[in-house]
Amino acid sequence: MTIDIKTLKVEPRRQTYANIARRFGTDKPASRYEEATLDVQATANFHYKPLWGADHWHFDERRTAVKMQDWYALRDPRQYYYATYNIARANQYQATERNFDFVEKRGLLAVMEPAWRGTVEFYLLPLRHMEWGANMNAADMCDKGYGTAVTAPCMFAAGDRLAMAQVIGRIGLALDGNSGSSLDRAKEYWMTAPEWQELRRLTEDTLVVKDWFEQFVAQHLAIDGIHYPLVYGRFDAEGQRVGGAGVSMLTEFMSEWSAEHAKWADAVIKTAAAESAENKALISGWFATWSRRAADAFRPLAVRVLGEQSGPAAVEEALGNLAARARKLGLDV
Amino acid sequence: MPRIVSITLQNTDTARPIIEAITEDNPGAVVHSFPGIVKIDREGSLIVKRESVESRIGRDWDPQELHLSLVSMAGNVDEEDDYFSLAWSN
Repeated sequence: MTIDIKTLKVEPRRQTYANIARRFGTDKPASRYEEATLDVQATANFHYKPLWGADHWHFDERRTAVKMQDWYALRDPRQYYYATYNIARANQYQATERNFDFVEKRGLLAVMEPAWRGTVEFYLLPLRHMEWGANMNAADMCDKGYGTAVTAPCMFAAGDRLAMAQVIGRIGLALDGNSGSSLDRAKEYWMTAPEWQELRRLTEDTLVVKDWFEQFVAQHLAIDGIHYPLVYGRFDAEGQRVGGAGVSMLTEFMSEWSAEHAKWADAVIKTAAAESAENKALISGWFATWSRRAADAFRPLAVRVLGEQSGPAAVEEALGNLAARARKLGLDV
Repeated sequence: MPRIVSITLQNTDTARPIIEAITEDNPGAVVHSFPGIVKIDREGSLIVKRESVESRIGRDWDPQELHLSLVSMAGNVDEEDDYFSLAWSN
């Protein structure tokens, strides 16, 4: 007797959710990213305006001067939603942990020249306060922003910034033998050292920017566009010559992250600028103001780390690269 | 006699962008949907391009990841850093 195994093909009644199907015009299987992102945020039938800002609704397109026909056009090219974001970051965190183990086991921080060790304490550790400021900014963009496509990655960015502040804190502890004294000193630098005051002012000024898209451009394009190439590129390269390889390993997450983060920030800004001439003019104006300010604020720190000659040149180079990047995004620079 | 190459992939969230990339890059490819799997046939040759898949999933993609979704295939394999292709070489 032969047994014939038959397969029965059951077509699902629907391939995806109705809101996704409406958006694409066909009922085809959508990716998890699309299903977790598109049209998720509430848009209507709010009962009361919030007490903390009664001039707008909870979700209100008018919290920025930028206008979009469809706020869900501001997609994340990394396609992060809760699961993909966490899987990616968990892997990166494991690598970071391994790097800490490696550096600790081989005593790599001890082989740094003492003068450079002081410089690292001076330029790197206070950055945890700046990362915290960036965390607040990203959370604020998520709060005031419109559309899950852009607000969700803002919250992810906020989480990343906190993580980086913690990594910097752990580097401090690794440097001072877990006493925390280097972090106390770093706080003092942040509050009083003249090289840090412009950066602190810059951070504090971005905290109170009302327009969330301006905040986005200021933080994610202008400030980060100078901060990361300068600190984890130029400063780090300077350290290589004096035994700073351990620091490079411990800050590897930052360089990796900034490349990925830039992809997202670029995509959002490029799409918004391409939407209309008004958007483009607004964003270009914000970029001009904040990139100039960021470069000015980083210059004293660069002079301290790289010297009178190379410091300003490194900042100009970072600013030049950033301007070229902004031109590619369609901004008038 | 026409010589058909084919590739069969799981019908999953991971494989769907690959299937989409294949149908876009290989004009004339015929897609058959079966329960849980998708079989793609084409006369002569068939290519999976790294950049087409990457542009759909928004991250780096190694053509070797294809094997995680692969059920079956027919044809001689040519696997490179930038593509995975099938053809009958004789």
